[in-house]
Order: sequence, then C-alpha cells, then structure tokens
Amino acid sequence: MRSPLRPLSRRGLLTGTLGSAALLATAGTLAGCGTKGAQQTEAACKSDDLSATEKKIAFSNWPQYIDVDEKNESKRPTLDDFVKKTGIQVTYTEDINDNNEFFGKVQNQLKDCSSTGRDIMVLTDWMAARMIRLGWIQKLDKSKMPNVEANVLPSLRNRAFDPDNQLAVPWQSGLSGIAYNGKVTKEVRTIDELLTRPDLKGKVTALSEMRDTMGLLLQSNGHDPANFTAAQFDDALNKLKKAVDSGQIRKFTGNEYSTELAKGDIVACIAWSGDVIQLGFDDEKIKFVTPESGVMLWSDNMMVPNKATHKANAEELINYYYDPAIAAQLAAYVNYICPVKGAKEAMVKIDPELAENPLIFPDDEMLSKSKVFMALDEKQEKDYEAKFQQVIGA
Amino acid sequence: MTALAHVPTGSGQSAPPPASRRGRYRLLPYLLLLPGTAWLFLFFALPLLQLAAASLYDPSGSLSTGYAMTWAFSNYWDAFQAYWPHFVRSFVYSAIALVLALLMGYPLAYGIAQKAGRWKNLLLVCVVAPMFTSFLVRTLAWKTILSDNGWLVGLLRDVHLLGPDGRLLATPVAVVLGLTYNFLPFLVLPLYASLERLDYRLLEAASDLYASPLRAFRRVTLPLSMPGMIAGTLLFFIPATGDYINAELLGTPNEYMIGNVIDSAFLVRLDYPQGAALSFLLMAAILAIVFVYLRKAGTEEVL
Repeated sequence: MRSPLRPLSRRGLLTGTLGSAALLATAGTLAGCGTKGAQQTEAACKSDDLSATEKKIAFSNWPQYIDVDEKNESKRPTLDDFVKKTGIQVTYTEDINDNNEFFGKVQNQLKDCSSTGRDIMVLTDWMAARMIRLGWIQKLDKSKMPNVEANVLPSLRNRAFDPDNQLAVPWQSGLSGIAYNGKVTKEVRTIDELLTRPDLKGKVTALSEMRDTMGLLLQSNGHDPANFTAAQFDDALNKLKKAVDSGQIRKFTGNEYSTELAKGDIVACIAWSGDVIQLGFDDEKIKFVTPESGVMLWSDNMMVPNKATHKANAEELINYYYDPAIAAQLAAYVNYICPVKGAKEAMVKIDPELAENPLIFPDDEMLSKSKVFMALDEKQEKDYEAKFQQVIGA
Repeated sequence: MTALAHVPTGSGQSAPPPASRRGRYRLLPYLLLLPGTAWLFLFFALPLLQLAAASLYDPSGSLSTGYAMTWAFSNYWDAFQAYWPHFVRSFVYSAIALVLALLMGYPLAYGIAQKAGRWKNLLLVCVVAPMFTSFLVRTLAWKTILSDNGWLVGLLRDVHLLGPDGRLLATPVAVVLGLTYNFLPFLVLPLYASLERLDYRLLEAASDLYASPLRAFRRVTLPLSMPGMIAGTLLFFIPATGDYINAELLGTPNEYMIGNVIDSAFLVRLDYPQGAALSFLLMAAILAIVFVYLRKAGTEEVL
C-alpha cells in the first residue's frame, strides 16, 4: 500500500532549512541596521508618582544585605518596622548578585524608557555613575529626606558622579584593602609587599573589580585615584602586569576569595572589609590591613530608576534608614561601613564591641586615608576596562 | 518502499490517489513541524541573526550613542588577532579532557551495559545523579578536593609527584580535570546506549573464528559502538570548548578559555561587536571541526 506521507528526505529537509535560513539572513540583516543610543533624560522618561494612592514600593537589593530576625530568617525587623510605621508595603527582592549582570537585566527597559518594575535598586558607585550618566535615574527631593541631609558621612557627600547629592544615597559602604591569614603568613602591610614578597608567590589574589584593584595600586604609586592621568593609570597597570607575569598573583576574584583565604589556599589578597569582618568572627587570625598609602572607599547606592512610580514612598524609606538608631540596627547585622553619622552612638546600646570596630565605624584618620575612585566618562571607562581586562586575562 | 520514495511528487506516471485523501494528509508533516520550527525560529534563529548583525556593527559605537551598522567585517579579524591564544587553549583543553573522558568513560559504559547484570539501573542512576545538583556546586566541590591544604595535594606532595610548594588548584590540570568530570555523563550515556544493544553472540562468533579478545574488541565491539561514541564525543566536546565556569573557578587568568573572553566582552567591557564576532568565530571553528570529524569517522547516521 502506498504511504500517504511522502517521506521528507534528509537532503530535502536540509536544503529547505538552509534556504529559509539564507532568506531570513538577508531579511534580518537588511532590518538590522544598528541600534539606537541608550542615552535618556529624566524629563523624556517622566513618570507619574502614584505614591499618594498606592502605598507600596518594590526594593531590589543584594543577598544578605539587610537585618533578619535571629529566630525567623524571613522576618526583617527594620523593614517590618517601616511597614508598620508608614503603612507602605515593601516588596523586598534579593535579585542583585553582580553589577554587570544586573545591568544586563534592566538595560533594555531603561534604554526604551519603560518600567523595570522596581522603585529602589542598590548598585555600586561605578555602576551608579554609569546609570546616572545614561540619564536613567530620577532626582530625589532632598526636602523629603532631612535625615540624609543631616547624617550622611562627610566623605560620602558631593561625590563626583552625584555632586548635588540628589541621585544616589549610600545604603552601605566598605573599604577595599589588604587581607591576610595570620595562620599561614606574617603580616602584610603594603601593596608592594603583596605584589613582590617571595614567600607569598602564587598565593595572592586581587579583585577583578577594576576600581578596587587599580585604586589601591595607584595609591601605592603615590597617585590619587580620585584624580589621575592616563599615564599614571598605565604605570599602575604595568606594576600589576609584572606581578601577574611573575606568577605572584594567583588569580582575580569576586567574593569567592573568602573561602580560599579561610582555608589558606590564599594567604593574602586584596579584599573587601565586610567579608574580612565576617571571616574574622570565625578565625581571628584573618586580618584586614589599611595600607599606609591609602584605601579605597566604595558604596552601594540606593537609586530610583526612571519610570518608577513610587518615588515619594522611596524617599520616605531612604529617610527612614538614615535614622541613626535604625542604621545601627542594620549595621549590627551586615557589618559593612555604616554611612550614617550618629549610628556609632546608637550602636553602643546594641553591641559596644561592634561600635569600636573601625571597619564598621572608621575613625577620622582612616577616613582621611580613604579615596573614592574617579568618575570616568564612557570612553575612559571602556579604554581602562579593556586594558585592565587584558592584564587580568579575559 | 525505496522505489516509491523516488517517485516524483504531483503528477507522475502512476495515478495520483484521490485528491481528498491526499489533501488531508499532505500538510500533516508540516503542521507537526510547526511548534518546533516556531520555537527554533524565536529562540534560536532570531537571536542568532541579531548576534550576526551585532558582530558587524561599527566598533567605535557605544552603549549611550548606539551602534551603527557599517558591515565592519574587520571586527572578526581584530577579535581573532586579539584572542587567538584563547581559542587554541579552549580546543587543547577540551581535546585533552575528551581523551581522559574516553579512557574512563568507555570501560565504564561497557561495564554497565554488559557486565552489571541487575545493578545496571542503579549504576546508571549513579552516572546521572550528579546532574541533580547544579553545575556550579559540582565545580565548587572540586575546589575543596583540589585545595592546597587538602588531602589530595598532601598525598601528591608526599609521593613527590608535586613539589613542596606545588599545587593543583589554579593550574591547567585543575581546569582539564573539571572539564572531564563535568561533561563525562554526556559521553557515557550515548556510549552506554549503543553498547547495551551489542549482541553478545557476535563476540562468541568472533572467538569461534579464533579472534583474540583484543581483536574481537577491535573488529566487533568498537565498530558497533561507533554511533554512540560519535554522538558522545560531540556532546562532550562542543559544550566543553565553550565552557567558562571551570576556567573561572578552577583556573587563573592564564587558563581562561574563549568562553571567559566572550563573557567579559558582553558583560564587563560592553564591547558587543567584539563579543558577537568572537561567538561566531567559535561557532565556525566548532562546526569546521565537527564536519571534518564526521567525514573521517564516516557515519552518516549522526547528522
């Protein structure tokens, strides 16, 4: 009997597929004539503030970056208090794991002036600077945030990417400096030691975050990371390259250095203060050093993106977290540098030992040695990042 | 049946079947193909086209100003020049990993298929079980195993296979071991499938004809397992070459593979044209290797 289905031969199928693919390719490339710029302005992406009628906020933050109840991890005391006090419901999502990844996630919406569904997002200085530069961030109303005006640390005011303090408000800050494991090595005091001491060879890591690593190296050369020239950058990069070529630096890392530092696979590294405090609780031999030449100060900043429809609510929340008592409660849990003046006094009541910890409440001497990395324009950012990536191998 | 397949469509010498019958069935294969084709078009063909277009954008464009389409074919040459060592490294690492995996995977698949008896299903589950946990977790576990202060490195130092300061973590060895481990099941499962169907009577016949076990293996078992071997090596080699997790977690910048470069081009350096060009170069290189391999291996059934 004759089969009703004419068998599709493999050849026929292939020809068909290839043919239609070719057709599509032509059509597609004709249509694919470039992309629009991502530059926006706040005015062009104006959105209505529905705060008065909709008592809610969507808040995106990093994991483990807020206080939780000791008995019930799903309860967040400071946030629950805020909800009780103001009646504003907060949808708190821990969906930021990496600045670059998060940028990839929201860039299509922000580029097209459409809503990301988020009212507050928390991003690191350089990413905040990039988004501000692209015009993706709404101006905040300072008169609605008196606590911020009064209490933000002086070294975090008038930062280059936000000279009028109205676009980005620090959530937590931190230092980038040197960490070492005292069980397996003696003290490491300077960047030069870290990059050249023979007994550390192959057991040193640096951060893959350009601004942290390069900022420290610039300082070790006696240059100012808040204001440097291209030649000075190249100098510092050469220094780094020598350490990579000689095998002194084992690798470049994100957060993942902390387990290896604890195990002793890494004996010393460029590290973030918050991680080192956490490690120090388990093993007091792991220490953080602020090199004599200076440290880098960075912040993760709360920002309200374009088309977020609850700006006034967001301002209320930001203001709430700048109340010293609340800030101390938060700092006691997250152990980063608290950007709120007066929180130290409030901390004495919660945990006097933490109040004395210079990595949560740095003294003036330490703050005077700390620098915020220069704000880069798009071309500089791309050039420097490309050069840096070349040295770190990717 | 074969003869019928060659009958030209439409009007032929033989009388066409009644139109109503034909009409009802003629579109059926295409209708059945529709969901798959639509899926492939939306999630494979369109993104691929987009990527192809992006690889030809003007490299001096940027995120804020946008990219102009300038048919910049030079992107390919520039990207290749800048990163050819990473291409070479990717292929060398995954080739070594493939050889290691074959040495371990073939006996394993053979054992499960032919010798395991009632333990067969349990052993198969053991091969698949690691896949129940995430790829990342498995790779991170290797960090603990290969740790400088772990038992493995300690042992190797004691028997002087490693110097007193030698290490495994953050070396090419670690990356190749990670690749071998992570993709081994993709090689074992197809091999198992073809070895399981191996007819034992053929081996008996071979030995009746005075073939030594080795010769019987070479002339009977190996050729019969070729389809599984080819499918398995492809399933192993293609993802292993594009992998970047192993190099990132177990290696250092000196071990970075082409996947790491593409990752950084798209996410960190925001050089979309270069990232797209590198992706296409990788695809082209893999396709070329696969075609040569299939020609040499000579099985039509895989494609």
